[in-house]
Amino acid sequence: MELFESWALSLIVFLPLAGALVALAIPKEREEAVKLWALLVSGITLLLAVIVATRFDFGAAGSFQFEVNLPWIGAIGANYHIGLDGISLPLLVLSALVVVLCVVYSWKHWDEPRNPRAFLILMLILATGMNGTFVALDLVLFFIFFELVLLPMYFMIGIWGDRTMRKIPGFRKEVETRLYAAIKFFIFTLFGSAFMLLGFLALYFKSGSGGQPSTFDIPELIARGHLFQGTFAWLVFGAMFLGFAVKVPMWPFHTWLPDAHTAAPTVGSVLLAAILLKLGSYAFIRISIPILPETAREWAPAIAVLAVIGIIYGSLACLAQTDVKRLIAFSSVGHMGFVMLGIATLTEVGINAAIIGMVAHGLITGLLFFLAGSMHHRYHTREMSRLGGNLKLMPILGGILGFTAMASLGLPGLAGFWGEFMALLGSYQPLPGLSTSFFRTAMVIGAIGTVLTAGYMLWMLQKVNLGEPSSEWRGQTFRDVDRYEMTAWAPLIVLIVAVGVYPKLVLGVTTDAVVGLVETAFRAVGG
Amino acid sequence: MVISSIAPALYLAAGEGGAIGAGTGGIWSEWAGLMLIGPMLAFLVIVLFGKKMKYQGAEVASAVMAFNLLWSTVLLVLNMGDQGVLYERSIEIASVGGGLVFELGWMVDGLSIMMYWVVAAVGLAVFVYAHGYMKGEVRVTFFFAALSLFAGSMLVLVGSPNLVQLIIGWEGVGLASYLLIGHYWEDKENSSAAMKAFYTNKVADVGLIIGVVIIGIALGSFHYWDLAAAAAEHSELLGPVALGAGLLLFIGAMGKSAQFPFHIWLPDAMAGPTPVSALMHAATMVTAGIYLMARTFPLYQELATAARPWMMAAGTITLFGMGLLALVVDDIKRVLAYSTVSQLGYMMTAVAAGGYTAGLFHLFTHAFFKALLFLGAGSAIHAVHSNNMSDMGGLGRYMPHTFRTFVIGSLALAGIFPLAGFWSKDEILATLGYEGYSLVMWIAVAGAFITAFYMARAVSLTFFGEYRGHGTPHESPRIMTGPLWALAIPSVLVGVVNIPGVKLQWVGNFTSWLSVRSVPMGDHHAESIDFGLAAVGLAAALAGLWLGWMAFGPKAAMRRSDRDWVELPLLYPLLRRKYYLDHAALGLVWTIRSPLARAVNWVNDYVIDGVVNMAGAFCRRLGSLVYGGVDQHGIDGVVHGVSYGASGIGGLVRRIQSGRVQQYAGLLVAGLLLLVVVVLFVL
Repeated sequence: MELFESWALSLIVFLPLAGALVALAIPKEREEAVKLWALLVSGITLLLAVIVATRFDFGAAGSFQFEVNLPWIGAIGANYHIGLDGISLPLLVLSALVVVLCVVYSWKHWDEPRNPRAFLILMLILATGMNGTFVALDLVLFFIFFELVLLPMYFMIGIWGDRTMRKIPGFRKEVETRLYAAIKFFIFTLFGSAFMLLGFLALYFKSGSGGQPSTFDIPELIARGHLFQGTFAWLVFGAMFLGFAVKVPMWPFHTWLPDAHTAAPTVGSVLLAAILLKLGSYAFIRISIPILPETAREWAPAIAVLAVIGIIYGSLACLAQTDVKRLIAFSSVGHMGFVMLGIATLTEVGINAAIIGMVAHGLITGLLFFLAGSMHHRYHTREMSRLGGNLKLMPILGGILGFTAMASLGLPGLAGFWGEFMALLGSYQPLPGLSTSFFRTAMVIGAIGTVLTAGYMLWMLQKVNLGEPSSEWRGQTFRDVDRYEMTAWAPLIVLIVAVGVYPKLVLGVTTDAVVGLVETAFRAVGG
Repeated sequence: MVISSIAPALYLAAGEGGAIGAGTGGIWSEWAGLMLIGPMLAFLVIVLFGKKMKYQGAEVASAVMAFNLLWSTVLLVLNMGDQGVLYERSIEIASVGGGLVFELGWMVDGLSIMMYWVVAAVGLAVFVYAHGYMKGEVRVTFFFAALSLFAGSMLVLVGSPNLVQLIIGWEGVGLASYLLIGHYWEDKENSSAAMKAFYTNKVADVGLIIGVVIIGIALGSFHYWDLAAAAAEHSELLGPVALGAGLLLFIGAMGKSAQFPFHIWLPDAMAGPTPVSALMHAATMVTAGIYLMARTFPLYQELATAARPWMMAAGTITLFGMGLLALVVDDIKRVLAYSTVSQLGYMMTAVAAGGYTAGLFHLFTHAFFKALLFLGAGSAIHAVHSNNMSDMGGLGRYMPHTFRTFVIGSLALAGIFPLAGFWSKDEILATLGYEGYSLVMWIAVAGAFITAFYMARAVSLTFFGEYRGHGTPHESPRIMTGPLWALAIPSVLVGVVNIPGVKLQWVGNFTSWLSVRSVPMGDHHAESIDFGLAAVGLAAALAGLWLGWMAFGPKAAMRRSDRDWVELPLLYPLLRRKYYLDHAALGLVWTIRSPLARAVNWVNDYVIDGVVNMAGAFCRRLGSLVYGGVDQHGIDGVVHGVSYGASGIGGLVRRIQSGRVQQYAGLLVAGLLLLVVVVLFVL
């Protein structure tokens, strides 16, 4: 069993990549074989993740388990250091699960220009990047995985995305939405990553100033936290902040998101929303706060302000949308605002809120994008003014949409509630040293944001689901949810309820790790 | 899974000493959670299999309610007669750091037993009735599923031992309300009413949630008993935030219990099928706010006393102002809706005055006669296919059972001796007088007059005179009249549990049944009937009935229903337009929806994104400038990608083959290294 302990995480990370390479060898025409292969690979990855979860020592959720630390690039002291703690475990399982569901969903739903093999290969590469980011404990390794997700997503959007033409201010000719969105996504994220890498390198060089060799190792950097002080730390935090904030995305670095989500093929949107957005907020918890805790405290009010602006701004922007998918995309800005608000409080409750908020957002918004995709597939439009009476035309799909919208607006008893509620709890009493009245104001504004969230979700439901179908659809028959869709969605539905009723499913793993993190980070500086 | 089980020592744990003689209630308490789980399971079963059932799920829903009625009756009997029953069980569902724990569970004490029993008793009557009422309607299966969801959520709410679970139940009933108000969602009017209900409540819930957050952080616990203990000890943890928390919880209660100015959703909620209005928007759900105030009463009694004038003000405005609105509407369900709002105002006023028992007593009696009235109205609507009283008239001849039970309900609501409503309204008046709120007491007496007046109007227009509708109305089937009689009996009798000065051996003391504290609740409860006050209240009611009858009865000279008897110049238009509150609310929503949201979207697309696009365009031009001379066919900018479509060349693959992304990435890395060098040397 020692063997499993040391190989499990590497397998979870690299199995999809190996699977993608093998898939290259399968002839393009043999679609069924490719699909089965992708299902097998992603299924085994999920199985491994589940086994890891069951063998995880919950009593020691605060320390890294299944750890591997091997020399890698000796010249710069980068190691192949991976490991799993209570913070990364739920996200890793979520990532492995969502990939499987995406493969299942794709089975009969291909956006033009089809080519399942290429699409599935990209998806598997993406899986490696996502899983890798959640287990990496070395900054170079982390950076590579973090960037690895960019390419497959870039191609997914650019090749399988929305082909309508649109006019961009500042440019003379119209461009295809998919190209604009893909390139914007890529450049925007890379712009952030450049600063992030800068921050990483600065940490690396500075870490050598204590007499020890420089290191990229995250736990080691945490231990040497005292080396990073003053302006240096402030700038480094800022550089990493830019990289992570673009990925989250935080206002005002979010504008790539609505375009990318809206233009992406269904599965692309799902993966973006469910996993990719979490990479940024996860990085805050994994890297920024523990390595630079004192600086995090200086930055926290700024993060809270941007988070709260994101909540209100995202919700208001949602109210002005006419395109279902774009509305859901903007809702992510608001929901991730709650995640970031939780993180900004730097408290156990707040960071826990962020993690359960991330998981819930992954489940809920992932499902919403599945639904939006399936509706688009049938109606060939996403304009809400043309939709209506969906519940009448497709009762099951409409019912699931209603359920998911309720989950998204944070209905207690469903997964989305806990992240919001706990973020408010955290901001009522932020870390000592942070301004209480400031964060309480943020709490009130955030709470008002939940009202706006309810507003656009109910409004969307009324437009899309309720009422009589417009004359455009009358007399047409629509195929309600098919079994591939149901198979892909049922686990999400069950999990949304399960996490909602029994949040310990997530918090039971994370709490110890978060408590450890907060204690280590802030004990020294006088909590 | 951690199960913490707290037995009667609770009262002691609350730190007040002097536990009253409470039993645990044995197996009935230990498994009382089944009452909470049952309807939830019924919901699931009906959603999944309801369509295949013979009665489309109604049988499952009703069976579960019957089970609940049986169970809660046993608990009620165990709790009656002074001995009390006390039990609680909680299961930890998450420990979130900072010492905070979320729990789910149930508690069995007098207050929750009363609520269990009311929900089950009224619920069963309504479920049976609905089986007849909804025959042949659309989506009957879903209707019963949503009713079960409501019952389950309501029980989760009232059975909760802590404030977090309360929120879950609270929003759960809100969801059920949304689903059921919008049952006929093909009409936009109905779905808008559903949205309005959900949304108004969501606004108020901000108060509830922040209030719970404050209490939770201050005490490190969401438990009612910890709250009660902290309040009793005048805890320093709670003291500074008590008023804020109290007011915020009250805002939440205002939403659910339709207190001015949050009441605007309730009349519109009548768009739902009538059984829904009876169960949710009259008997149970809307009393959740009152329940919350009662459950957290020690907070208001000991620390947040300054919140009580606000509660009193809202309650008084509601009881009087909303009662007036019931005078001018034609829709019989809206008459009853405004009446409900007004009666909730009575309850709130009573609790605000410190009349814990009085408020809950009125909640208890009101549940029966108001449900009865709604079901009676539903029966009439069923017969004439219209909600409007102008389409009714003379129904007394055609529908004897409906007529008789409706009159019983009306008399009970008007507060006529010796029906249930008389006792509870009298208790409220007595408490107001005793606590020294004589002005409010006289407003409440005036309110009693108005109540009697609009009920006389409704009864006259509906059941007397000539029939004005189409066809010939028929009495409803027995499955509907049965529940009417079943509710008529308690509407007459339940007042007996709390008659001042009368002590029945098997009933015991109503106040100590309901106590949420170990020490006496300390509210006023008269030891004998104040005959003078009772006479005043009764006189006001009789005067109202008489005047209403004179104005709208069959012999009234100016009997009209589409317009009204007295159209006072300023008051009448004000009332018809519902004090313009709907206009104000709509205006606010419109402002947010339209100009504000559009402005934000514009800023997003043209300002923030404008900067992004400009940067792209600028870099592209810069790139062309720099490299254009070097290689005319080559790279055209650092961020050339943005311009890709504009260049109009080839497909994506070709672009990738040309390696532009890699070149671009390479450029970035080069730039980065430069930056690193700069930073390192600078710092």
